[in-house]
Amino acid sequence: MVIPVALVITFAFTAVFVVAAGADPFDAFYRFLVAPLTSPVTLLEVLVSATPILFTGAAVAIAFRAGYYNIGAEGQLLAGAIAAAGLGMVVGALPSLVALPIMVAGGAMAGAAWALLPALLRVRSGIDEVVTTLLLNPVALLLVNALLNGPWRDPETGFPESAPIAASAELPQLVARSRVHLGLVLALAIIAVAWFIITRTSAGLKLRAVGSSPRAATFAGLDVNGTLLRAALVSGAIAGMAGVSEVAGIQDRLTGGLSAGAGYTGIVVATLGGLTMPGVAAAGLLLGDLRVGAGSAARALDIPSQVGEIVQATLLLVTIAALAIISRHRSTQAGR
Amino acid sequence: MIAFVFDILTATIRNATPLALGTIGETYAERSGVLNLGIEGTMYAGAFFGFATAFWTGSLEMGLLAAVLVGLVAGGLMAFLTVTLGANQHVSGLGLTLLLIGVSEFGNRLAFGGGQSLRRIDPYPLVDPLGLGGPFSQYALTYVTFLAFVPLAWWVLMRTHFGLAIRAVGEDPEAADAAGISVFRTRYAALMVGGVLMAVGGAFFTLAALGSFTLDIIAGRGWVVIALVIFGRWGIWRAVSGALLFSAVYSLQLRLRVTPGWQDVPFELLLALPYLVVIAALALSGRNVAYPGAYLKPYRRT
Repeated sequence: MVIPVALVITFAFTAVFVVAAGADPFDAFYRFLVAPLTSPVTLLEVLVSATPILFTGAAVAIAFRAGYYNIGAEGQLLAGAIAAAGLGMVVGALPSLVALPIMVAGGAMAGAAWALLPALLRVRSGIDEVVTTLLLNPVALLLVNALLNGPWRDPETGFPESAPIAASAELPQLVARSRVHLGLVLALAIIAVAWFIITRTSAGLKLRAVGSSPRAATFAGLDVNGTLLRAALVSGAIAGMAGVSEVAGIQDRLTGGLSAGAGYTGIVVATLGGLTMPGVAAAGLLLGDLRVGAGSAARALDIPSQVGEIVQATLLLVTIAALAIISRHRSTQAGR
Repeated sequence: MIAFVFDILTATIRNATPLALGTIGETYAERSGVLNLGIEGTMYAGAFFGFATAFWTGSLEMGLLAAVLVGLVAGGLMAFLTVTLGANQHVSGLGLTLLLIGVSEFGNRLAFGGGQSLRRIDPYPLVDPLGLGGPFSQYALTYVTFLAFVPLAWWVLMRTHFGLAIRAVGEDPEAADAAGISVFRTRYAALMVGGVLMAVGGAFFTLAALGSFTLDIIAGRGWVVIALVIFGRWGIWRAVSGALLFSAVYSLQLRLRVTPGWQDVPFELLLALPYLVVIAALALSGRNVAYPGAYLKPYRRT
């Protein structure tokens, strides 16, 4: 119920930018939100656009549920993408059935590895993970650029892109004449498994207990640091898979702009989804819709595509504002 | 060798200016109990709106004024979300950063067509009031920052009633409230003053150092500041020392890029070095530091 209201308020706030760009806000918002859902071609593009942010949304939600503020999904995604591009260049001799699991596992391990240092600093020395995960994002991007301007520069074109990965390492297309690929199924499967683990197993109960009150969890004899470490690494691994999905499903190579901010959008998805897995699935699709809509609205109406980012950020702020108001209202009621 | 050291020293002081401003601003916010992750976006918007205003009005002072306004609005918005509404501070700050970067890039696209052709202004010149040259040849804003803002920020925080109020609401808002200090007003003031310092720090890039606006101009320096504040244990002098340390490593790697023998090292890896040094500095000095008592906690009268 919060999200539809937040959408309306967001549109009211952001209309000023659409008008400033010289377009009709109602027309623009129709194109943002509804138009992508009206044709099969654009509907499939919504799924393509949602795929990476379903991964990163799940990654962020799992970490946040444990009370571990992993803001490094962007860097972890890039680490996974680097691993996927590197592995994709060498697994050509293997059949897809072997190559693809290697790609996914390699990307997940790279994402987890990128998440390891902040997680260890947090549990061993109590160093705030927010700042360390954030600082590693620009480092990951610099590493990508160093590879693309250096050893991995495409030898044939000379562009700052890696050479294409082997055909057997590409995630297969799911629908003919579309870009929807197996990464979508993988993302949804991860979300389903994460939902089951969080809501139906003792490991999930521990995760939620540590997240809602670390002190109480400590007194209850739970291994708080171990739970945080596991949540951080799983979160990094899933974000790393987002990188695999983009490299092996869309780009077929490592490129500089491959992430398009999917790591940060994951925080938006997780928050809009209320840190639950069904919520992440719904919010991922909604933002996928918005991303496709903003792109086509920008082209059709000749307005800057950054309107999409403004709408997304405003939606995030309006949603957390609404959630804060609701929770205050509830606690006032309970206090009476 | 002396010339090399002087060059690094000159660049260190210059490059530390925006970090020192941001560090003071973030220290004020956090001492009042609010983590402001909006800093990256606030610096970015300060850089863009400062530049755009200076470009259109032809006045650098108007550009500076625009950055001040951006800082007031950004800090006020952060305060509305986290102080008035009590929303999650991490997500509020990140959302604010995403919004301000989006708005700046939108404005850049609208005003300058996305930056295919780089617009330039005549930036503030270097000044050398003592006529000593070398490290003393700096921007006026650098002089003002280190000789006025830094000591003043320390004095206000530690020796004035306003500073005491900030520290009180950041440590124990209930007690501060009972003593007649308005928690809301103090936090709003700390966040807005902090926002101004951050935005002016961002404007330093466009109005002084570069004379132009480019995408990704802040490049994670806001996140560096968040680390420096922890490194500084919420003290002004220590945090500013951290800013100088980061800036020294940053300036050294800039210089190494053009030093014979180092040109084979990819410049991206050298550019990554300062971020890694900050993480290392935190790892060595940030063990179990004492955060402000009311850090991350919204306040509400019960």
